[in-house]
Amino acid sequence: MQVTSWSDVFSGWLAGFGLPEWAALTLAYGVGAFVLINYGMLSVLLLIWITRKVISRIQDRIGPNRVGPYGLFQTAADAAKLLSKEDITPDEADKLAYNLSPILAVSGVLMLLAVIPFAPGLTGMDLNVAALYIVALGSLGIMAALMAGWGSNNKYALLAGFRVVAQLLSYEIPLILAILTVVLLTGSMSFNRIVEFQTLNLGGFNLGIGWIGIVMPGALLIFFISSLAEAELTPFDLLEAESELIAGFHIEYSGMKFAMFFLAQFLNAWVLAAVAATLFLGGWQGPGVGLPLIGPLLGLGYFFIKVYGIYVLQQWIRGTFPRLRIDQMMYFAWKVLVPLMISLIVAQAIIQKLPTPVSIQYVLLFIANIGVIAIVANILQGYFRAEQIRTKRSFEPTSLIGTMQATDKGSMY
Amino acid sequence: MLSQYFFILIMSGLAVVLPLAAIVMGHFLGPRRPDEVKNDIYESGVETIGDTWVQFRAQYYLIGLVFVVFDVEALFLFPIAVAYQQLELFAVIAAIFFIILLVIGLLYDWRKGALEWQ
Repeated sequence: MQVTSWSDVFSGWLAGFGLPEWAALTLAYGVGAFVLINYGMLSVLLLIWITRKVISRIQDRIGPNRVGPYGLFQTAADAAKLLSKEDITPDEADKLAYNLSPILAVSGVLMLLAVIPFAPGLTGMDLNVAALYIVALGSLGIMAALMAGWGSNNKYALLAGFRVVAQLLSYEIPLILAILTVVLLTGSMSFNRIVEFQTLNLGGFNLGIGWIGIVMPGALLIFFISSLAEAELTPFDLLEAESELIAGFHIEYSGMKFAMFFLAQFLNAWVLAAVAATLFLGGWQGPGVGLPLIGPLLGLGYFFIKVYGIYVLQQWIRGTFPRLRIDQMMYFAWKVLVPLMISLIVAQAIIQKLPTPVSIQYVLLFIANIGVIAIVANILQGYFRAEQIRTKRSFEPTSLIGTMQATDKGSMY
Repeated sequence: MLSQYFFILIMSGLAVVLPLAAIVMGHFLGPRRPDEVKNDIYESGVETIGDTWVQFRAQYYLIGLVFVVFDVEALFLFPIAVAYQQLELFAVIAAIFFIILLVIGLLYDWRKGALEWQ
């Protein structure tokens, strides 16, 4: 399937006005990048609204419903409020690190949008090393968190910064290895090539459901779990812990700088959902994307349905799961996910070189992935069951937690 | 080919400029009434005792080291993965041997307790 890229069409159209080729290309790229970045920053308004609606429905509330239809403009109002807040820089803060980190946090995430394939021909830029690009830029947010913690001149912020770095570094590894399995299967790092790999032609008609996630659900699960940790969402949000700690590494920030951290966090969750959809759920693939005129539009629709579906799933988990302890979290990353991912890659490497037809290789891959899922599910179940028992005990009528009673009931009288 | 990275260059420039513009706008739109208490570190919290920039625990250092090892490993594995369909048996065995070396490293860290959180 040969599709022309938006930049070729756009710059060609501009060159039609008599612009020299380089000027047309520069202008087209400039406008494209501007639109993409503005889309990224404005879509956060919608993302925050979705989060608040989903979580409030889970908690049996209505959520924002006053400003605009269904409260849609609530976040816009919040943004306007943050814009009018005082910009405080604490005394003795490291000015450079303090002021640079919110910008770095956002720009690191915004730049990831450049390689996300929205629809056939509608990728910011179809880099041939897109997978590596994602991995490389993902580290920018870690830097920003550490700089914020360090620059604020606040012990709590600094400790939170260290913890963020430890968590993000640990979960970066399974994330990278999960991306690696897809690259190993498709033999390409370009996101467009990976999406095109997931076509399923049946009688000349592209059904578009040859998703990698169907063959490799284990890698998808591990990617999803580590993307939850990378986006600092529950059950891995213990350095944020909105309800208990104050904020974590961005505690000293106010006004627009604080908003930037918020923006980066929500957009990061969305971008990771988009990467998951691209790598494992076929990106813009779906029935009928091969059609001449409505194909790209359908593709855009499928892409957004998948990405927002994953995003809602992330928020659902955020609203329902208990938090892990930090030692459980580190244990889970290094001693469960990394070894599982490495063994999955070795198994996949061997399976792909077996002298059997591709269909049998896929079946073997699927079996290996199911094994991975079983192990992960077993361990997670153990954690959450222990947490459940603990919570139930603390709400029992005989519970002593949170009371001033002596431990031995009889001695009270 | 290079024009692709030209787009990335423009994108990264704009990705810095637009958030910066928002922050600068917020700086000028908001009120500015600094006072001693407000600019204090950890406003209305417990006052910090001693130097803020404390030494960090060796734990973080270990995790950083292990991360670097695995990150570089992944960097090496990506080209192998891209070319994997064309690789011969020797190269496949070499790649798997490379991964096994890393697994040995991970097991060593594990035994030494570098992955425990104390």
